[in-house]
Amino acid sequence: MSEEMTQLYQELIMARARSPHFAGRPAAFEHHAQGENPVCGDQVEVFVGNAQVRHESRGCAILLASADLMAEAVAGKTAAEVSELHAAFEQMVETGQTNPALGDLNALAGLWEYRSRIRCATLPWAALAQALGA
Amino acid sequence: MSAALQAGAFDVERIRQDFPILTRTVHGKKLVFLDSAASAQKPRAVIDAMAHCMEAQYANVHRGLHFMSERTSEAYEAVRDKVAGLINAASRDEIVFTRNGTESINLVAHSFGRALLKAGDAVVVSEMEHHANLVPWQMLRDAHGVELRIVKITDSGEVDFASLEAQFADGKVKLLAITHMSNVLGSYTPAERLCAFAHARGAKILLDGAQAIVHRRVDVQVIGADFYVFSGHKLYGPTGIGVLYARREILEDMPPFLGGGDMINSVSYTHSSWARPPHRFEAGTPAIIETIGLGAAIDYVEAIGFDAIAAHERALTEHALNMLADVPGLSVLGRAQDRGGVISFVMQDIHAHDIATLLDRQGIAVRAGHHCAEPLMGRLGVSSTARASFGVYTTRAEIDALKSGLLRVQQVFR
Repeated sequence: MSEEMTQLYQELIMARARSPHFAGRPAAFEHHAQGENPVCGDQVEVFVGNAQVRHESRGCAILLASADLMAEAVAGKTAAEVSELHAAFEQMVETGQTNPALGDLNALAGLWEYRSRIRCATLPWAALAQALGA
Repeated sequence: MSAALQAGAFDVERIRQDFPILTRTVHGKKLVFLDSAASAQKPRAVIDAMAHCMEAQYANVHRGLHFMSERTSEAYEAVRDKVAGLINAASRDEIVFTRNGTESINLVAHSFGRALLKAGDAVVVSEMEHHANLVPWQMLRDAHGVELRIVKITDSGEVDFASLEAQFADGKVKLLAITHMSNVLGSYTPAERLCAFAHARGAKILLDGAQAIVHRRVDVQVIGADFYVFSGHKLYGPTGIGVLYARREILEDMPPFLGGGDMINSVSYTHSSWARPPHRFEAGTPAIIETIGLGAAIDYVEAIGFDAIAAHERALTEHALNMLADVPGLSVLGRAQDRGGVISFVMQDIHAHDIATLLDRQGIAVRAGHHCAEPLMGRLGVSSTARASFGVYTTRAEIDALKSGLLRVQQVFR
């Protein structure tokens, strides 16, 4: 396997795409919003409630992993903190520069080289921002 | 003289020498370009013809009384003859230059649709249309009150004639607008049979030939088409030039689509009268350089010959279907009897975008997504597919590379 091929599709991303930890519609939630990528029809729906985020995603490995890592990263955070994290995440995938504040989300840093795929990773964040009324 | 023109027999390695881009590398790998159905690469002859136009023989057409304008007008109008020859139109006046296939269909929907269809008439399209042959008819429906009906396809990806009968049963259908070759499934539709079917029921027929024109000889008179559309860029020509063929008596009855220079007979402050077809439909300065590029592309494919092109692509498609059948968990969409070099597939548990990205890293270009045919994706029960498509320059080795590439993708996802 060439290193280039596994650079983006690394173990953490593949694991979360296969077996997400935060997938599924919760019985009760306060906010929710849907995001869709018109290029491929991929969809994500995020649910916010009880200081945690869950998601229902249909899409590629990058979208699935990004939604799940996002849900993990934002647990217990305020809307303002989520917004800060969102901005830092977008900057990281655009530039490829990892950021200690982003923790496991840095696994997606390789995306900056795949310009047409950045949208796959940012879609869950856009949906979450919408759900939080940002 | 291009290499392809020198050889009597089809020699893909010589043809490849005519396409400068094929020597490029991508991510350090040899480019394996399997996305010709989206847009084909350009042979040196096309590149040179366009450069020559700009370097040696350029001015606006149909206007100047000077040498450069006259010579450029001749070169531009000569391409109309080439296009008429390519599809065996009865007259050069039946060839209208547009920007692309999409614009050709919009022209028909706007001009023929609004002037010659009336509220209550119905237009039929199929389940396997590109958005280009669906959205303009939805817009016509909403603006003009015609009914839009959808004819079903079978699970193998062929037109369902029982459904077609049902759609035509009440006699309201005045136009059948249908693909000649699906950009997703690779299926050819039986053009002659469809034309006879529509005509027997008093309807006209438009064939979207964007894909078909590239792969086999099209004869609009033998087929019996009323309208036939295609774009230059899929036929190894440049972007920005498309073609609308329509039978002369239909064009004569159609009002202009866009207004401006070149499409008029006379103009006063209060009134204008229209030029005769085809110029009635070519408002403004046309894509002169691109049209000349299209002429060179037609010369190029005609020199290779459509029999040779069709045979090459038939062999490649058969080889590809065999190779892909060996990839575990891979399903090809559509099993039409009559199919060309466009193959869509899905892989178990691997999204089409992930397939495309991981192939790209190996230098292999395929398309992934809904291929501008979102409703068809729903009909097939998938959200997106990966698609490999072939051209005159595609080799068996490239198809073998696709297969190995897909096996490597599976390793990443194992």
